[in-house]
Amino acid sequence: MAEADTHPSSAPLTHEGHAILFPPLPYDMHERADAAVKDTALLSAIESATMGKYEGRKQMCARAFGDDYPAMRKLAGDIKQHTLDHLDFYLEQFIERAEATGAQVHFAADGAQANAICLEIAKRENCRSCVKSKSMVTEETGLVTALEGAGIETVESDLGEFIIQIDHDAPSHIVTPMIHKTRREVAAAYRRELGVDCTEDPEELTKIARKHLRDIYRKADLGVSGANFLVAEDGALVLCTNEGNATFSVTAPRVHVAFVGIEKLVPTRRHLAVMLKLLARSSTAQPITVYTDILTGPKRVGDAHGPEQMHIVLVDNGRSAILADPALRPSLRCIRCGACLNACPVYRKVGGHSYGAVYSGPIGAVITPLLRDPAGYKDLPNASSLCGACYQACPVHIDLPTLLIELRKRLVEQGKPKRIERLMYRAYAASLKSPWRYKLSQWLGRKWLRMTADRDGFVHRTLPPGRAWTDHRDLPAPAKQSFHQWWRKEKGTKAQRHEGKSEIRNQK
Amino acid sequence: MDAALFVTCLTDQFYPRVGRAAVAVLEYLGCNVSFPADQTCCGQPFYNNGYFNEARRLAQRMIGVFDRAEVVVTPSGSCCAMVHEQFPRLLGDDPQWAERGAAMVNKTHEFVAFLVHTLKADLRELGCRWDGHATYHYSCHGRGIGLTDEAVRLMSQIEGLRYTPLEKMDQCCGFGGTFAIKFAEVSGAMATDKADCITASRAEVCVCNDAGCAMNIAGQLHRNGAPVRVMHLAEIIAEGLGLLGEDDG
Repeated sequence: MAEADTHPSSAPLTHEGHAILFPPLPYDMHERADAAVKDTALLSAIESATMGKYEGRKQMCARAFGDDYPAMRKLAGDIKQHTLDHLDFYLEQFIERAEATGAQVHFAADGAQANAICLEIAKRENCRSCVKSKSMVTEETGLVTALEGAGIETVESDLGEFIIQIDHDAPSHIVTPMIHKTRREVAAAYRRELGVDCTEDPEELTKIARKHLRDIYRKADLGVSGANFLVAEDGALVLCTNEGNATFSVTAPRVHVAFVGIEKLVPTRRHLAVMLKLLARSSTAQPITVYTDILTGPKRVGDAHGPEQMHIVLVDNGRSAILADPALRPSLRCIRCGACLNACPVYRKVGGHSYGAVYSGPIGAVITPLLRDPAGYKDLPNASSLCGACYQACPVHIDLPTLLIELRKRLVEQGKPKRIERLMYRAYAASLKSPWRYKLSQWLGRKWLRMTADRDGFVHRTLPPGRAWTDHRDLPAPAKQSFHQWWRKEKGTKAQRHEGKSEIRNQK
Repeated sequence: MDAALFVTCLTDQFYPRVGRAAVAVLEYLGCNVSFPADQTCCGQPFYNNGYFNEARRLAQRMIGVFDRAEVVVTPSGSCCAMVHEQFPRLLGDDPQWAERGAAMVNKTHEFVAFLVHTLKADLRELGCRWDGHATYHYSCHGRGIGLTDEAVRLMSQIEGLRYTPLEKMDQCCGFGGTFAIKFAEVSGAMATDKADCITASRAEVCVCNDAGCAMNIAGQLHRNGAPVRVMHLAEIIAEGLGLLGEDDG
């Protein structure tokens, strides 16, 4: 219990949202990441959850699609890419069709505008109490803080988000927001915040939340949701959940407001079917989410349930700038399944909060700098070993390593890396320009490292920047004789040595 | 078949024995192996860190060095992936270089893939025998060049080799080039995880077919005091065919 009471999540809320997700910029990732890798409780929670979902996804997709899995991912990626490439057309179509169903569509250029639209609706409709289902866009805009600031009591209805909310914490995973929390911490938060007497049994904890939320649903007059997809052909809004909380959140209250990123569109229901086949399988290794709500407009005459008003707020908040950049546009294909987070060995070691933003993991490392501030988040694109596990896991075929490298390239072009780093790369490149420079510099390096090595041939401590390496592991010393030397001695002939040189000349 | 060896800079400096083993095995399988002596680096460190101009010049340089080679074989998956995946991106804008880049892609092979897919080598038929207990780390850049279980298949053909699959076999060891320096804490945690899995396998040898990963894993195992040797599959095959003595450093 003591652990839970002193955890860092009691950090104050800023006007923008939670301090964990909105740190001061420029953000230095090392502080949180370096602490996270030593937090064994955190690591074991993240490891078991991500590994389970990673293995589950692989098995589930192999079973469902067999050899067609790569083709499915390609197809889904192409559908999203096509939609993005013609987003103006599909947005217009969506707005027209959605309005025909009776929904009211709004457009928000940024988070503040989106929140203002929601507050205005709430004020006009005299809403006092809000129940909200899970939505990453509302995390971006800090909607809950804005609603509460306006005196509208707001309760998260997704179990994970509910726990995060009562514990004043912030989500650390796109799909599993409380992946970083142990059941002990959850029970402690229940006792402290809800004043209940409970054990650490997950089932018991879930039942308590369920009972607590039933009363909230009855009372709420404003229901807020996000959306997993928007269908352009018929103006439908699609919600995928496992707890059924979104269904309650958007049907019980009088007014439904949905915050949706403009990239969430798919052209038709047939295209939606492809996405639904992949979303839950990639995310939680389920064939489909337990509940899939396809909503077309508010309650109509004769309907038993449904809100009197349905508002869809299309949120830009930095997306159109990404859309305008063809090299980075594929990042908007993301359907927020979280597969890349689960697959990422870096995420498994640092957790979501280390990314200092709403979106974490590989996709977060790409879109956070773009949605917010490239210079303010310059650590993020570098916080990857480029292992490619994310690309392999992505159901919409986003080549995340290439996007990370593209961001690194832009930082270099803008002269953002430290001067010393740029100089070192220049010197390094110069040493590789010709065979003699290469051989000389490598010979020197070899000599130096071998001099400092132990009897087994390992260096225990070396000079910066290599020091960072030897702070954590030993460095094998180079061999006494390079392969180049061996070949020249054992195999080389004059003819062969000459061959290489003449080719270089021809090239020039 | 004429095969030019692209040894890569890390293998050249840190694991020359791997280069020698690759040469011996390729020659044994009937290849006429050459080694263009002007080769340096494919430019991968520059590309990965966003220094595209430097990377492009090195890529062009390397294409020149191997221009006359029929086939290029490299014992490093990541350098092979650099050629396959990134050369087209780096050189695509210039029609002349795009064509030469594409030719380079088509003729460049990773050593293990070359043995399995091109030479269709069957180590059982060749009587390869190597006594020992080994596990295998799947290096990440195998993904980029479509490698799956080729190495494990070859290992299963070696008489006397006892193979134990590695837990989290395809989880990155944390090398990632300069990532190991820029995010040393995180990289170290990843290397520790890998070393722990290797130790848990109880194998005496961890097969790793990429010099960068090998340095990282060997360095972590040594720091932990774990008596596990990191070897390239080429070394095991060369030893198993009697082409390379255990003491041939």
